[in-house]
Amino acid sequence: MTALKPTPPSDAQPMYKKREPVHPKLVSGKFRSFKFAFMALALAVYYGLPWIRWDRGPDAPDQAILFFADGKFYFGPIEIWPQEVYYITGILILSSLGLFLVTSLFGRVWCGYACPQTVWTDLYIAVERFFEGDRNKRIKLDRAPWTFNKIWRKVAKHAVWLLIAAATGGALVFYFHDAPSLAYNFFTGHAPTTAYVFVGILTFTTYSLAGTMREQVCTYLCPWPRIQAALTDEDALNVTYRWDRGEPRGPHKKSETWEGRGDCVDCNACVTACPMGIDIRNGAQLECIHCALCIDACDDIMKKVGRPTGLIAYDTDKNVELRAAGKPAQKFRLFRPRVIIYAVLISAITALMAYGLFTRSTFELNVLKDRSPSFVQLSDGRIQNGYAIKLVNKRIDPKNIRLEVTGIEGADVSLVGEEHGDLDVEIPGEGVTRFRMIIKIPENAVDGNDRLRIVAIDTETGEQDANFIPFSSPRRN
Amino acid sequence: MSEHDKDVDAATGVETTGHEWDGIRELNNPLPRWWLYIFYITIVWAVVYWIFMPAWPALPGMGTNTPGIRNHSDRALVAESIDALRSARAENGAALIEASVEDILADQDLRQFAMAAGESAFGDNCATCHGAGGRGAPGYPTLADDVWLWGGGLDEIQHTITYGVRQENMESRFSMMPAFGRDQVLSAEEITNVAHYVRTLSGLEEPSDASIAGQEVFEWNCVACHGEAGTGDQFQGAPDLTDRDWLYGSDMATVQATIYNPRNSAMPAWGERLDETTVKALAVYVYALSGSEG
Ligand code: SF4
Ligand code: SF4
Repeated sequence: MTALKPTPPSDAQPMYKKREPVHPKLVSGKFRSFKFAFMALALAVYYGLPWIRWDRGPDAPDQAILFFADGKFYFGPIEIWPQEVYYITGILILSSLGLFLVTSLFGRVWCGYACPQTVWTDLYIAVERFFEGDRNKRIKLDRAPWTFNKIWRKVAKHAVWLLIAAATGGALVFYFHDAPSLAYNFFTGHAPTTAYVFVGILTFTTYSLAGTMREQVCTYLCPWPRIQAALTDEDALNVTYRWDRGEPRGPHKKSETWEGRGDCVDCNACVTACPMGIDIRNGAQLECIHCALCIDACDDIMKKVGRPTGLIAYDTDKNVELRAAGKPAQKFRLFRPRVIIYAVLISAITALMAYGLFTRSTFELNVLKDRSPSFVQLSDGRIQNGYAIKLVNKRIDPKNIRLEVTGIEGADVSLVGEEHGDLDVEIPGEGVTRFRMIIKIPENAVDGNDRLRIVAIDTETGEQDANFIPFSSPRRN
Repeated sequence: MSEHDKDVDAATGVETTGHEWDGIRELNNPLPRWWLYIFYITIVWAVVYWIFMPAWPALPGMGTNTPGIRNHSDRALVAESIDALRSARAENGAALIEASVEDILADQDLRQFAMAAGESAFGDNCATCHGAGGRGAPGYPTLADDVWLWGGGLDEIQHTITYGVRQENMESRFSMMPAFGRDQVLSAEEITNVAHYVRTLSGLEEPSDASIAGQEVFEWNCVACHGEAGTGDQFQGAPDLTDRDWLYGSDMATVQATIYNPRNSAMPAWGERLDETTVKALAVYVYALSGSEG
């Protein structure tokens, strides 16, 4: 490192930057309509999901989606135990691959339409617009002195924001508890402290992220725009200003010709519509969440000035370059290598997980041999080994399990506390049952280290789990 | 410093910090202001934390750290959860007191509870002499096999644990093998002969002149406790001399030494030291170690 002259902060460049308020103007058009529709759907799913019931029998939770109930995850018919948490990892891997795939197919649609930050910010802006009016009115109101009119509008807006924030946090905790009973307990003050704490935290984060921080979350906090940069190539579909057609830009009067100039009339409609406060005409930018609202804004203008729409549109960098060079644009290539790789990976992981889920066991047998003493000799000369047996029942219903030990003739097997030689046991649902197993074998049938096979069989379904277990004895010479 | 001293990046028009790493310079973009506010909030938070939570270590003359007005203490929380655990266990513990040891062993839930409690109590109290898992040691009986001095039934084990062996209390297991040599009941030759005879009982030796002579000594002196065939008597804690199990050792010298001056070893009365639940749990655990009454 070579030290140049260190530059002390100057007056010209401040140490800290104040947020420049963004007041996006309401646009109308196909993308705006789609975004509102998608917002309604996303909110309905988020708020509604925990209320869907799923019958799992009398002793199990009847909520379709439930996380961390006694450490378990419930997704409809699928029940995931804590020791199977790798399925959750799998779902997360699938989610990110899905995000990659969708991004390489349709561009950054996650950010534009589906990201909670986008959905809630959009909702908050709608509330703001309801109380304070559209862009120009809001700017004026912000500059206006604190009259009654300003105060009630601001207070009402923040009150509604807080309500939405609380409802957002409130909905989240329903994913972790039985929703109807939690709802009742929550308002009667009997819910667990964690529920109140999490509602509090989420109220705060929702209010500050969607209400006051908005575009700064995408610009400064979120890692996805950075990852996005790595996923974008010249074939990626992005919201693009087609400078090949728009430039040179400039104001246009009705009487003037369109010859020798671009279609952009420099009306700034795309800039005022942008919730991120940027100018799409500067090209692809990290800040752009590809919400396509500038497309709607510009299409509107193009219709008014009588030019074809689509000056701003979903397009690829490559096509813009091609057209600028006078060549015909290419059709969007759906099947690019990366799309195929993501699709193959997703299918493979899904298949693997599905296979694991459908073939996973409903119970487990664990056998641990005593280390001390490793064996004892009985008064009749037989050798005895003791074992700790654990039977894990992953189902809610009790099970009847039969144990069978094979491998050495004449082995006398018994479970302490059960009838001698009776290896049929009933184990309760949802839990671990421990037994002590004693095996006695005549001295002449064993030599040092022998091996037995123990099988646990579900007498109803025939499902099995087998283990090999050692049998220790003195070595014969 | 004058304006032209500043290093301004040509592409962005932003000042740099003036540091250069292999030709890479860092832009001195301003931080968003809320970032600064968060920093201030953390400072306020720290002060709030000092007020509410234990924060400052003891200053001279203070004795202890500042407790904070919440009076939070991790130690107290641990004590609280241990208490909670105790009362949760008390339920099963109460069931152990009510049920007989047989019932405990027969009931799946109680058995598991007793086995877990017994295992930890055994590790704390019994394993020192009897070894982990009751493996035994010379002078300390193996509990994992089917040889029992005072009986291997659940009730007998419970009794032995509760009252101990060769203790002062009236219920204690008690017996004394005479010191045949030290008290000059038998001569050295008689002791040697009877030792040979005892060793023939479990096939350690072929019968010999000495053992035949020893048999007579045995019949006069030993059968009262060890029985005519030498199979022992659990009422008196007299070991079976015909099996392979030897508490102190089976070689000639050890057997002779035992007859000359028996050890008559003892075990504490655990009922005086442990509560009833623990003793019952221990009885079940010790029983389960071998799983056989012998
Ligand atoms: S530039 Fe256009 S697409 Fe990008 S964030 Fe702004 S309005 Fe949305
Ligand atoms: S909305 Fe369209 S015409 Fe207006 S400034 Fe933006 S790109 Fe140009």
